Amino acid sequence: MNQLQSKINPRDAAFAENSAHMRKLVADLREKVEKIAQGGGERAREKHLARGKLLPRERIDALLDPGSPFLEFSQLAAYQVYEEEVPAAGIITGIGTVSGQPCVIVANDATVKGGTYYPLTVKKHLRAQAIAEQNNLPCIYLVDSGGANLPRQDDVFPDREHFGRIFFNQANLSAKNIPQIAVVMGSCTAGGAYVPAMADESIMVANQATIFLAGPPLVKAATGEEVSAEELGGADVHCRTSGVADHYANNDVHALQLARRSVARLNRVKNPGLDIREPVDPLYPVEDIYGVVPKDPRQPYDVREVIARIVDASEFDEFKALYGTTLVTGFARIHGYPVGIVANNGILFSESAQKGAHFIELCAQRQIPLLFLQNITGFMVGKQYEAGGIAKHGAKMVTAVATARVPKITVLIGGSFGAGNYGMCGRAYDPNFLFMWPNARISVMGGEQAAGVLAQVKRDQMAARGEQWSEEEERAFKAPIIETYEHQGHPYYASARLWDDGVIDPADTRRILGLCLAAASYKAPQETKFGVFRM
Amino acid sequence: MIRKLLIANRGEIACRIIKTARRLGVATVAVYSDADADALHVQMADEAVRLGPPPAKASYLDMEKVIDAARQTGADAIHPGYGFLSENAEFCRACDRAGIVFVGPPAGAIEAMGSKSAAKRIMEEAGVPLVPGYHGTNQDVHILEGHANRIGYPVLLKAAAGGGGKGMRRVDSAEEFQDALAAAKREAMNAFGDDQMLLERYVVSPRHVEIQVFCDQQGKGVYLFERDCSVQRRHQKVVEEAPAPGLSEELRARMGEAALRAAHAIGYTGAGTVEFLLDASGAFYFMEMNTRLQVEHPVTEMITGQDLVAWQLSVAAGEPLPLGQDDLHILGHAFEVRIYAEDPDNDFLPATGTLVRHRPPKESESVRVDTGVQSGDEISVHYDPMIAKLICHGRSRKEALAKLDRALQEYQIAGVRHNIEFLRRVINHRAFASGRVSTHFIGDYEADILQQEQQLTPLKCAAIAGYLHMRETRDLRASAPAADPHSPWHSGDDWRPGIDARRVHSIDYRGHRAEIASVAGAGGVHWQCDALQSDCKSGEIRILPERELALVDGRRVSFSWVDTACGGAIFIDGIQVEFELLPPDIGESGDQAHGLEAPMNGTIIALLVAPGAQVEKDQPLLVMEAMKMEHTLRAPTAGKVQQFLCAEGELVDGGSLLIDFAEEE
Repeated sequence: MNQLQSKINPRDAAFAENSAHMRKLVADLREKVEKIAQGGGERAREKHLARGKLLPRERIDALLDPGSPFLEFSQLAAYQVYEEEVPAAGIITGIGTVSGQPCVIVANDATVKGGTYYPLTVKKHLRAQAIAEQNNLPCIYLVDSGGANLPRQDDVFPDREHFGRIFFNQANLSAKNIPQIAVVMGSCTAGGAYVPAMADESIMVANQATIFLAGPPLVKAATGEEVSAEELGGADVHCRTSGVADHYANNDVHALQLARRSVARLNRVKNPGLDIREPVDPLYPVEDIYGVVPKDPRQPYDVREVIARIVDASEFDEFKALYGTTLVTGFARIHGYPVGIVANNGILFSESAQKGAHFIELCAQRQIPLLFLQNITGFMVGKQYEAGGIAKHGAKMVTAVATARVPKITVLIGGSFGAGNYGMCGRAYDPNFLFMWPNARISVMGGEQAAGVLAQVKRDQMAARGEQWSEEEERAFKAPIIETYEHQGHPYYASARLWDDGVIDPADTRRILGLCLAAASYKAPQETKFGVFRM
Repeated sequence: MIRKLLIANRGEIACRIIKTARRLGVATVAVYSDADADALHVQMADEAVRLGPPPAKASYLDMEKVIDAARQTGADAIHPGYGFLSENAEFCRACDRAGIVFVGPPAGAIEAMGSKSAAKRIMEEAGVPLVPGYHGTNQDVHILEGHANRIGYPVLLKAAAGGGGKGMRRVDSAEEFQDALAAAKREAMNAFGDDQMLLERYVVSPRHVEIQVFCDQQGKGVYLFERDCSVQRRHQKVVEEAPAPGLSEELRARMGEAALRAAHAIGYTGAGTVEFLLDASGAFYFMEMNTRLQVEHPVTEMITGQDLVAWQLSVAAGEPLPLGQDDLHILGHAFEVRIYAEDPDNDFLPATGTLVRHRPPKESESVRVDTGVQSGDEISVHYDPMIAKLICHGRSRKEALAKLDRALQEYQIAGVRHNIEFLRRVINHRAFASGRVSTHFIGDYEADILQQEQQLTPLKCAAIAGYLHMRETRDLRASAPAADPHSPWHSGDDWRPGIDARRVHSIDYRGHRAEIASVAGAGGVHWQCDALQSDCKSGEIRILPERELALVDGRRVSFSWVDTACGGAIFIDGIQVEFELLPPDIGESGDQAHGLEAPMNGTIIALLVAPGAQVEKDQPLLVMEAMKMEHTLRAPTAGKVQQFLCAEGELVDGGSLLIDFAEEE
């Protein structure tokens, strides 16, 4: 294969400046994540521990195989969304190996608002189930939750993608032989009671876990019956009498061991149907990415410099290298897995869009997973291009992306604006995984452009009324728009709302992609049936 | 000329004899008990014959079976090694009768040295010095005092009927004699009902110095100098060395000649050892003669450059001694230590178990290891728990000692407790290093040498954390799917986005329980142990498994390990850390049904205990019949049956409580 030769000089000033800038962003991300990982604060943690319970992250550590990676999703979920802090939206989700099998883990954090479901908690739970479904990975739910967050019930309960969807998913995942294992380690009330009840196998911790449709206060209010939580829905009741749970655990550690054993007997055999090779490190250090990506997002750079730092041996065989050059397409391996890469190297023209569509067809035909590296301000505009049918050429690429049945992974490494987001497999196109770098931005268009458009409209209106608009007034008009776009296009804003699966350190990109490709390969290859391409 | 040699022994000595025989072109036959069927000596020999079940009486000590084995295989000689049949005159005669050469002295010589009192008489006649004493029956105070004055002070008073130190008393001067005698007699009378006393010279700071002698059938003899075996623990030799430190040439010659006189006096042939007690003044006294090859013979071989087993075989074949006295010289200094499966911290209790690892240091010109075991062997209760002898040679005593210490550091044993650390403490003791040894050495320096509590240290924590980290990583890698062997999900790197991963292990190290964590993050793997009694509670560890090296906070150390049944053993820079990995706390099982309810509708057939009865866990309490099957209800725990809530013949409903039961508090 062709080995990419880097043209970057790691000793020049721009590299150092870029690097310093990116490191600052990464340090800020790390700081935020570290705080979020603390959960619901010192007092809540102490209270939790005093009950003899493990903290949710300790539970995950005890559940996973020692040494297993844990690809945690959306650590920034709910970040600065609600008036109160809800770290990680009160639920920890991710993939890790259990008894040798990668599983999707969904763990309530009872130290965060009693583990109740905020709207984004629901969204994060559903997203984890979607990942399990798309990658054919078993689900393990570590349940410790007070159920729906009652003050916000209108955003949690009634809609299609609300609380009820969790159980709909459980039933349908189970139907696809995606195992559903619930470990009840605390409260599991009302609707939440269906998590263990709908599970294939469920485990309960004695004197700690409770499952009931209505808790003691509600029972008393409804029927006058006085009953303790343990009598109403403890492990004894459910393992001995009701049969709602299957396995009786003495404590958290025991419960997690039982869950590990449960996974060990799933009888799953991996058959990836991929030509897998031994992984080889890239020629260039992955940290170099810090210096490769310009500090100023408007400054162009060659995306091959990024590719050279994430693919095996920096080997990359380009497809149509000389045609539609603003889109780079080609074949490579990451951690030994074959992958087809689609990467922006400038604005999308008709040629680049057609090339993209062609390449995606190739990969779908050959069952090769796709990696999209997004850094796109959009499709080219203007009379000539509209006349050249850029909309239909863009549509071909969007059709190909939308209907290709191969694993797709998207990383937003720069801008993600407008229809470029669609053609490059944005969130709406159901990539198996989607991550953002901390320097990335996402919005319908750039803040400057949006402010420009809105200012133009206003200026036209004022001109119609014969009014004057000073440059200063116009700047004052544009400033808040630019600021809003900057704020809403920021990765933290995006990740807080689950528009992605997490903001990642660029230096971790290769490793994360390896994990994602490996996870996706647990699903048997699918056959693609493309839609109608407008020719 | 001996053509085929049967070795009537096992373990290291059998292996050692086989090595020489092989070198000389002599075919070898091993014998073995069922416990040794796969032992090293059986593997090494050209042929092997089973003797019987493990107990020595039924195998290695069964003369008939041994001689049968020789007949069966056509062996023309038997080497008895040491122990077992080596000093058995009857066996020696039995060999003669069978026409098989016994590699050792004639039966008469064995018998002569077999009886201590007879041996002493012979020695006295031959002019071999004995500890001066009085063993007469005349117990007159003045007669005894006269003898004491003749013997010279200090004098030891011993009860003739005695033992165990009772009635034993040291007297340092004539003035003290009468009072001491009266006290000793009283004590002896109380203890044994007999106050007869023996007198002996009390040997101050005695050393155990023995002379290696060799005699041929032609009547010639030489001595191969001395071995100092003073460092002993309950008459068990711990360290042996040659030559004896500080022994003058003149004294060496006198002792050597005395030893030869002893050998000649009993018509000795072959290898023998005459043991002397040497006091601080240079006086030496005969103790006993061992009519066989000694365990510690290798130190003599190292300083003389001779192979004593080769000499034995040649003498047994009737050939004259290969060298004369003038041809023998001392070259440098040699030490031997005996590595035992035992627990020095627990009164040297013999240890048994599987030798998960036995990796001795690399042998060389100056490092020799005599052993009969390999990794995976069982150290059983049937035989001596010696694992190996480690012998080191140097140009000087100091150099030999340094090599010995280094070799002990490199010695890796896991799976059974052993005495390597104890040996290192002995040989590194300042008194030992300066050559001031006596048979009281271990007693005198007990506080320095014994019962050293093993604490966790930062280095040990680093080793444990690093090892467990590596082991778990290895296990995870092994769990990768066959179709996807390089999966990053099984790489074992603990990776998490932006968060350090922590693995916590509960371990038991020599009775110390601790939680040791390994933390994997951007900066590699760190260990952490808050329970550590040290300012340093964490650090970095990086292991390079293929090179058996580790970097501990940047310092390079040797690092190897072996998994044990319930934990692991790590060898890090000469320190061994064998620990147990404790299973996670999975709580008390409360998941058993009480079992005191009727499992289904049915009829009570029998109440098996009386109301009020104290019962054991699982004791049957009641039998009922349902669906044509009998069901027995048992006590869920130890406790008391308060009363039955049903009667025989009664029809009960499923789920109804049948017994009022009180658990034992």
